[in-house]
Amino acid sequence: MKAEWPLYEVFVRGKRGLAHVHVGSLRAADDEMALHNARDVYTRRNEGVSIWVVRASQIAASSPDEKDPFFAPSADKVYRHPTFYDLPDDIPHI
Amino acid sequence: MSRLLNEEHFDQTIAAERRIEPRDWMPEGYRRTMIRQIAQHAHSEIIGMQPEGEWITKAPSLRRKAILLAKVQDEAGHGLYLYSATETLGADRTELTEKLIAGKQKYSSIFNYPTLTFADVGVIGWLVDGAAICNQVPLCRCSYGPYARTMIRICKEESFHQRQGYELLMTMMRGTMAQREMVQDATNRWWWPSLMMFGPPDSESPNTAQSMAWKIKRHTNDELRQRFVDMAAPQADALGVRLPDPELRWNSDRSHYDFGAVDWDEFRRVISGNGPCNAERVENRRRAHEDGAWVREAAAAYAAKRA
Repeated sequence: MKAEWPLYEVFVRGKRGLAHVHVGSLRAADDEMALHNARDVYTRRNEGVSIWVVRASQIAASSPDEKDPFFAPSADKVYRHPTFYDLPDDIPHI
Repeated sequence: MSRLLNEEHFDQTIAAERRIEPRDWMPEGYRRTMIRQIAQHAHSEIIGMQPEGEWITKAPSLRRKAILLAKVQDEAGHGLYLYSATETLGADRTELTEKLIAGKQKYSSIFNYPTLTFADVGVIGWLVDGAAICNQVPLCRCSYGPYARTMIRICKEESFHQRQGYELLMTMMRGTMAQREMVQDATNRWWWPSLMMFGPPDSESPNTAQSMAWKIKRHTNDELRQRFVDMAAPQADALGVRLPDPELRWNSDRSHYDFGAVDWDEFRRVISGNGPCNAERVENRRRAHEDGAWVREAAAAYAAKRA
């Protein structure tokens, strides 16, 4: 039997107050082993206070091919940005 | 999207110094080159555990042993970050390991030299890791995102590797005459192989132009070799060892050190499998992989049973 361990993606919270960030992947037989291996591979120097691992096959991702149409709804709404609004320079605190 | 549009988008991304990411369209040649380069780098880290690993049980103090253990563990980690990067390109790390064992993929020629004394551990940190840092710092700006991010992590850790080596050598140089001779002897043996780590001269490196156009490589082999010599020469002076090159001298016109010719015949011999330790390194890797098979199978069976 050839043992193919599934691929896990690893996310690490660098310190309290920060979000988990993707750092890489690893192979592990199950979730528990993935967490242990992630600790040994990605946090040997206090790089993390919390780790998430998730099977790569469980991640749904947007496709780069659809990049333009997929993100189009946000591109044409300039009025969502504060710089869209003209205000005189002498108004304080705004 | 049509192939032409894809190619245009790829070229524009590279030209604008933006990164190529895993799910982007990329030319087959780019994908192949990246997989080959990253896999070769990963194999080098994993094989690179052996020459120094030999000294873990023979380290002269608990302090040196703990340091060496941490360093060798880092090398395993670097190999794993890199295999992880190859998998973003559609490669499979088990297959890559099998190719390494079968001799179908290469690793850095430097790891085919033996570590004869404990001074070798220091010189590897100073020169071999020093040369690796020279090679790797520009790769932090490589056009392929996952590789560039991996290199940033690796470079941070390599700095410890180089400094522990240099500190070890400084300690030995303050010791007995025999210890100083060991440092000189190790320097003599590792200097030229370290210069070979940058690869063949630019005139014989056919892939350089394409890799530079794709912004995989940022400097040519000869540029990086010169940069390394310029850094290492004053470090050797500070340490009190001679680099084994009678032609090595500062050239104030060029503002660089001149140095002698590398023996490229030796390089070709070692890279093609005929160095002092090639067979042993690959055999050890094969045995570790095969001896570990039952563990991988047992863990997979246990996971399947519980699922």
